[in-house]
Amino acid sequence: MSIQTIEDSKVKAFPTPAKPAEVIAFTAKMRRRFDPAAIAGKLASTLVPPAVVIAVMLVIWQIACSSPNASLPPPSQVWNEAYDLIAHPFFDYGPQDIGLAWRVLISLQRVAIGFGLAAIVGVALGALVGQSIWAMRGLDPVFQILRTVPPLAWLPLSLAAFRDSSPSAIFVIFITSIWPVIINTAVGVRNIPEDYRNVSRILRLNQLEFFVKIMVPAAAPYIFTGLRIGIGLSWLAIVAAEMLTGGVGIGFFIWDAWNSSRLPDIIVALAYIGVTGFCLDRLVAAVGAFVTRGTTAK
Amino acid sequence: MTAYLKLDHIDKSFARGGQVSEVLKDIRLTIDKGEFVSIIGHSGCGKSTLLNLIAGLTRVSAGAVLLEDKEVDSPGPERAVVFQNHSLLPWLTVYENINLAVSKVFGSTRTRAERHDWIMRNLDLVQMAHARDKRPAEISGGMKQRVGIARALAMEPKILLLDEPFGALDALTRAHLQDAVMDIHSRLGSTTIMITHDVDEAVLLSDRIVMMTNGPAATIGEVLPVPLARPRRRIELSSDRTFLRCREAVLKFLYERHRFVEAAE
Repeated sequence: MSIQTIEDSKVKAFPTPAKPAEVIAFTAKMRRRFDPAAIAGKLASTLVPPAVVIAVMLVIWQIACSSPNASLPPPSQVWNEAYDLIAHPFFDYGPQDIGLAWRVLISLQRVAIGFGLAAIVGVALGALVGQSIWAMRGLDPVFQILRTVPPLAWLPLSLAAFRDSSPSAIFVIFITSIWPVIINTAVGVRNIPEDYRNVSRILRLNQLEFFVKIMVPAAAPYIFTGLRIGIGLSWLAIVAAEMLTGGVGIGFFIWDAWNSSRLPDIIVALAYIGVTGFCLDRLVAAVGAFVTRGTTAK
Repeated sequence: MTAYLKLDHIDKSFARGGQVSEVLKDIRLTIDKGEFVSIIGHSGCGKSTLLNLIAGLTRVSAGAVLLEDKEVDSPGPERAVVFQNHSLLPWLTVYENINLAVSKVFGSTRTRAERHDWIMRNLDLVQMAHARDKRPAEISGGMKQRVGIARALAMEPKILLLDEPFGALDALTRAHLQDAVMDIHSRLGSTTIMITHDVDEAVLLSDRIVMMTNGPAATIGEVLPVPLARPRRRIELSSDRTFLRCREAVLKFLYERHRFVEAAE
C-alpha cells in the first residue's frame, strides 16, 4: 500500500515541469526544519508509554514484595543478587557457568535446527495437502488430531526413539512448530487464484516449475503467517523441553535455579526469554515482509 | 482447403450434483488464418466458456476443436489467452512476467540474448518498454492489459484469444488499447478471437462478428461479416454507412431478436 502511494506521488510529480530547483530547496528546508522534531516526537510516543507502564509495574511489585515474609523477591533484590547475569550476558567461567546470552544462543541453535526442518517439511506437506484433494482428505484429519497434542507429550516418545536429549529436544521443536506451517501453507495454496493456474497451464509449466514459480510466491503471505506462529510455538516448547532434558540451554538454567532456590536468576532468565521470543517473532515478520513485498498488492 | 481453426459441432454441459446444465449446443464455426473474429452475446450465454474450450482450459462434452486439423485437448502456448483481469503475476516485474513465458516457450530454441531481444520487441510493440522494471501494482489497468497482450504475443501463438480484454477499463483507455490491438493485428496478421459485450468494439475490430443466442444451450445465432477496409479509423467510421449498418445489425440481434431476460439466468 505505502509503495503504491509513493509511486503515485512520483507519477504525479513527473508531468509538472515547473522549476525543479525551487521544489528541491523547499523539500530540503522542510526536512531540515521538521525531521529532528518529528523523529523525537515519534520515538517519544512509542517509547514513553511502555516505559511508564514498566516503571509503574516495578513500583507495585517492589511494594508488594518488600515485606520480610514475602515469597517472591522484589526488583531491588533481583538487581542486587542477579547483577552478574544482567550486566554480563557473555561471561564464561566453565562448562556449566556461562552467561545467559550463551544459554539463549544454545537454545536458539536447537530451535534453528528444529524449526528449519519444520519449515521445509511443513511447506512441502502443506503444498501437497493444498494441491491434492485426496491428500487433503487423507492427511487433514490426522493433522487436526496431532496438532492438538501438547509439545511435552511428545518428549517421552522422542527420548525413547532417539535415546539422547539433544535430538529429542529438536524433535519436540519440530513436531510443535510444523502444524501451523502445514495448515497455513495448505490454505495459501488452495487460495491461489484460478487465473495464475490458467497461466501456468497455458505455459505448460511442469509440477516443479509450478511449485517454484507460482505456488510458493503466491502462497508466501500465508506461508509466513504459518512460520511466524510456528517460531513462537517452538520458542515456547524449547524452554519446557530443556527443563526436562537438561544441558546448557536457557530452559535448564531456570530448572537449575529453582532447584538451588535462586529466584532472582529465574526472573532475569524470564526477561531474556521474553525479549528473545519477541525478537524471533519480529525477525520472521520482517523476513516475510521483505520476501512478500508486492505479492499482496493487486 | 481446410480451415485454420474449426469448431466442429461442439456441445458443452456442466454436471453439478445430479443436475446437468447444457451451456453450449452445436457450435459450428470455421476461422481462417489471419482473421479477426469477435464473439458477442449477453452475459451468461457461454461466450467465455467457448473461449476456454478453444484455449483447452475446459474440455468439450461433444464435438471437437481442430487447429490446423489437430484436435485441441489441453492448453498450450500456441493458443495464448489475454485474460480480462490481466492475471500478471504480482511478484514479478513486467519484464519477468514476459520472461516467464518466453523462457518456457523458447528456452531450448533461442539463446539468452535472442530471448531478451524478443521480450523487448514485444514490450515495444505495446509501448511498454519504459515500464519493464515495474511491478503490476505500480502501473495502471490499461498498462497491465498491454503487458498481458505482450505476454500472449511473446508466445508466438497460432491463435490469440482475448477474453473481454478491455472490459475492466475506462472508455478512453479502452479506445487506446483497441487502436493498439488493430495496429498489432495489421502488423503481425495474427489470427485473433475476441470475446466482447461492446457492439462498437466488435464492429471496429472484427472481420466477422459471431453473435450468440441466450443460454441455456446457447448456440451461434448469426455470423455478420464486417466489410470495412483496413486500416480503420474510429473517427471516420463513426459516420460511415457500412459501419452504422453493421452496428445496427448487431444491436437488432441483441436487443430485438435475442433480448436478455434477467429471469432466465
